[in-house]
Amino acid sequence: MHEMALAASILGLVEDQARRDHFERVRALRLAIGVLSHVDPRALEFGLQSVVRGTILEGAKVVIERPGGTAYCMDCSDTIEVSAHGDACPRCGGNKWMLVSGDELRVLDMEVD
Amino acid sequence: MCGVCGCGQEGQPGPAGHDHASGHEHPHHHDHLHEHGHSHHHDEHPTEDGMREGRLITVERDILEKNNRFARGNRRLFADAATLALNLVSSPGAGKTSLLVRTLGDLRGKAPLGVIEGDQQTSLDADRIRSTGVPAVQINTGKMCHLDASMIADALHQIPLPRRGVLFVENVGNLVCPAGFDLGEASKVVLVSVTEGEDKPLKYPDMFHAADLVIITKVDLLPHLEFDVEALEGNARRINRRADVLRLSTRTGEGLAAWYGWIDARRQQMVGA
Repeated sequence: MHEMALAASILGLVEDQARRDHFERVRALRLAIGVLSHVDPRALEFGLQSVVRGTILEGAKVVIERPGGTAYCMDCSDTIEVSAHGDACPRCGGNKWMLVSGDELRVLDMEVD
Repeated sequence: MCGVCGCGQEGQPGPAGHDHASGHEHPHHHDHLHEHGHSHHHDEHPTEDGMREGRLITVERDILEKNNRFARGNRRLFADAATLALNLVSSPGAGKTSLLVRTLGDLRGKAPLGVIEGDQQTSLDADRIRSTGVPAVQINTGKMCHLDASMIADALHQIPLPRRGVLFVENVGNLVCPAGFDLGEASKVVLVSVTEGEDKPLKYPDMFHAADLVIITKVDLLPHLEFDVEALEGNARRINRRADVLRLSTRTGEGLAAWYGWIDARRQQMVGA
């Protein structure tokens, strides 16, 4: 359950942002958790629910975006879409591809007071 | 001040242009515990249905940025000391500590060595390591399921960095959580034993994808098992094409020379870099 540690990281990041941008409450928080990242979004939501109590994030609506995976296939010399490590290239069936994006873990934006 | 009517702005009297009782509902309180005239923004505005919106802030920050900052610091220390740092990961019971104890015994005297041991509780593993004469520090993670880079930064104050040598970090036995946390190591080394399933790399792809070396352990048991070691190796390569794969037995010593060769080649790279 490393999602608990990630939830605590998100809270720390938001509190740091609150000092910079002078806000006191977060209404909504938007995250990007790539489909090839090592994070389970449901576990992350659960982790957030327990770490936000009594904090600036309490009551905030959390929206988790799931960017898909894009990769570069060496054999096709082209960009392809993948959804898991070990996937075959949808074009040539090979597995000589390098992930370009889809493993990100980011705080995108927030609506604050 | 009020973002709609401007009432309450410094130098202005209170509401003048409209009646708050019959006009818009005053959208925010002015009774918070600070003086006005400082830097917070009051630019929210009511929407058509009378609900005000908050202020939108673009953040675009990596959730792991703090861990990654510590990891960069650790990596710089390792580079300055030409220390090869290896992060050993596996499920519980794959044989990390046994391989480590054997490795330390065999490499001792040939290169400076050090160990950071991670476990939820006890210093049993560090005690086993210290019995080899190699400096070891135990990190108890408590309820945490993985080591993070700040724990390593703390531990590095407690043992001498093995200059031009090897620092082994034995992570918490867990094939899931440690995958996402860069400790500043040169490589993650994942161990999988032949008493586990051939499909482990497919079930836990994140860890196998993050590793530079896959070590298949306990191969001395193969004659007693129905285990397809080729299938395991194929699955590991399917998840991670660039990783090296080694097979060994800590008990019999089979395959250890290749493991030591792998370490030595990496160590030469660190020293030469």
